[in-house]
Amino acid sequence: MHTFAYVRPTTVAEAVAILDAGGRDARVLAGGTDLVIRLRDGSATPTTVIDLKRIADLRPGVREEGGRLTISATTVMTDVAADPLVRRHFPALAEAAAVVGSVQIRNRATLGGNVCNASPAADTATPLLVFDATVVAEGPGGTRRIAIDDFFVRSGVTTLQRGELVTAIELPIPAVATGSAHVRRTRRRGHDLASVTLSVRVDALGVTRFAYGSVGPRPVLAVDDTGVLADPAVPAEARSAILERMFADASPSPRSMRASPAYRLAMLRVLGARALRSAIEQLAAGSD
Amino acid sequence: MAETHRIEVTVNGLPRMLEVPPHHTLLDVLRDDLRLTGAKECCLVGECGACTVIVDGRTVDSCLVLAVEADGCEITTVEGLAQDGSLDPLQRAFLDEGAAQCGFCIPGQLMAAHALLAGNPHPTVAEIQEGLAGNLCRCGSYLQITDAVLATAAEGTRR
Ligand SMILES: Cc1cc2nc3c(=O)[nH]c(=O)nc-3n(C[C@H](O)[C@H](O)[C@H](O)COP(=O)(O)OP(=O)(O)OC[C@H]3O[C@@H](n4cnc5c(N)ncnc54)[C@H](O)[C@@H]3O)c2cc1C
Repeated sequence: MHTFAYVRPTTVAEAVAILDAGGRDARVLAGGTDLVIRLRDGSATPTTVIDLKRIADLRPGVREEGGRLTISATTVMTDVAADPLVRRHFPALAEAAAVVGSVQIRNRATLGGNVCNASPAADTATPLLVFDATVVAEGPGGTRRIAIDDFFVRSGVTTLQRGELVTAIELPIPAVATGSAHVRRTRRRGHDLASVTLSVRVDALGVTRFAYGSVGPRPVLAVDDTGVLADPAVPAEARSAILERMFADASPSPRSMRASPAYRLAMLRVLGARALRSAIEQLAAGSD
Repeated sequence: MAETHRIEVTVNGLPRMLEVPPHHTLLDVLRDDLRLTGAKECCLVGECGACTVIVDGRTVDSCLVLAVEADGCEITTVEGLAQDGSLDPLQRAFLDEGAAQCGFCIPGQLMAAHALLAGNPHPTVAEIQEGLAGNLCRCGSYLQITDAVLATAAEGTRR
């Protein structure tokens, strides 16, 4: 590994100042499960590495406030998956956090790192999209709230600006009953990113939100507000046209080592139908 | 040469003060500076689990943790499992069940299993498989490893 200066700021303001001064040569370190690999293989060569884990205002945790959950960016997947508030209000996010890598990875991998790394296969990206999350960023110009759908650009690239870091993810607690699920296809459990990730959320008003990843340069959100998909009584033929429209933005790369485009597109439909069934069942069970 | 950092860690119950360069991993420091060679260097990308150690009660792949990040932490390596010269029940069960073939992955498997049992003293087979999913065994001793964890859990009940 090449060497670098390691800094451990104690306030967000200090971290932002160092990040802004360093520009492209400075890099934020959270759990390191992406960054340390890149430092070692030389695909990231920062001269300054800024560790976020000793910043008092960035302590990991989940809190409920003003009708929303705020998850600190440094919260690790193990804790996101186990959090009672996340499990109650956002089951698909808890499910997604619980399948990231292995126990060892989940004990380090943070929610903030997962979104900032912006892998098209990031497991938490799709639940955050269906739950309409907001990314809270702190930078030289102050605080910015970015809708998660406006955050991802392509692998490794987000709309964060120079000097900005993510402090938290906010999730509005749904005002109506909802059901949600997260599913994925992997080659091997515990050791690989998924070849398809998909989350779905249905609500009592009949709105269905799908998000899927690993089938294009960034995760995609698609919304059906006709009420058709959320209604289990609608016959399969009537749904299939709408489902096709939902998946129209999938454009898997032919160069991927994980799976062919044809396989991914086929699996997207299988997983979509499966997740939708679970979400509808959950919604029905919850409103009993 | 990069500036080094002074860190204080507790390793297997002993306080240690170390000078570490920022780009050395916890695995480097355990093996090369502290001569604790139980944790193995293998894939270096967090996939095989051979470098698993416990930091503040949680398993990590020590190849993905910078040593300087561990400042102030309590670390347990496989060398810390045996107490007063006698093997930990989990180590004994691995021997009894023939779970160790070549042995290379075993320190990591032991640490993952140790942390699993600490949080869940009576895991199901599925929970053992999930708890140890981050530890590869190229000899394919997964059945024996699972049996060893089950046997340790059962023995824990008897004692
Ligand atoms: C073996 C293995 C298996 C994996 N499996 C999965 C999987 O199944 N699903 C999945 O989604 N991912 C997986 N990953 C990828 C990785 O674990 C996740 O993306 C993780 O959430 C990254 O978080 P981190 O805290 O480790 O990020 P880091 O490595 O610390 O950082 C990642 C990137 O984000 C930036 N960053 C981090 N935090 C912030 C912040 N608060 N503000 C601004 N920038 C920030 C860093 O500068 C860096 O560029 C796996 C990784 C490994 C090694």
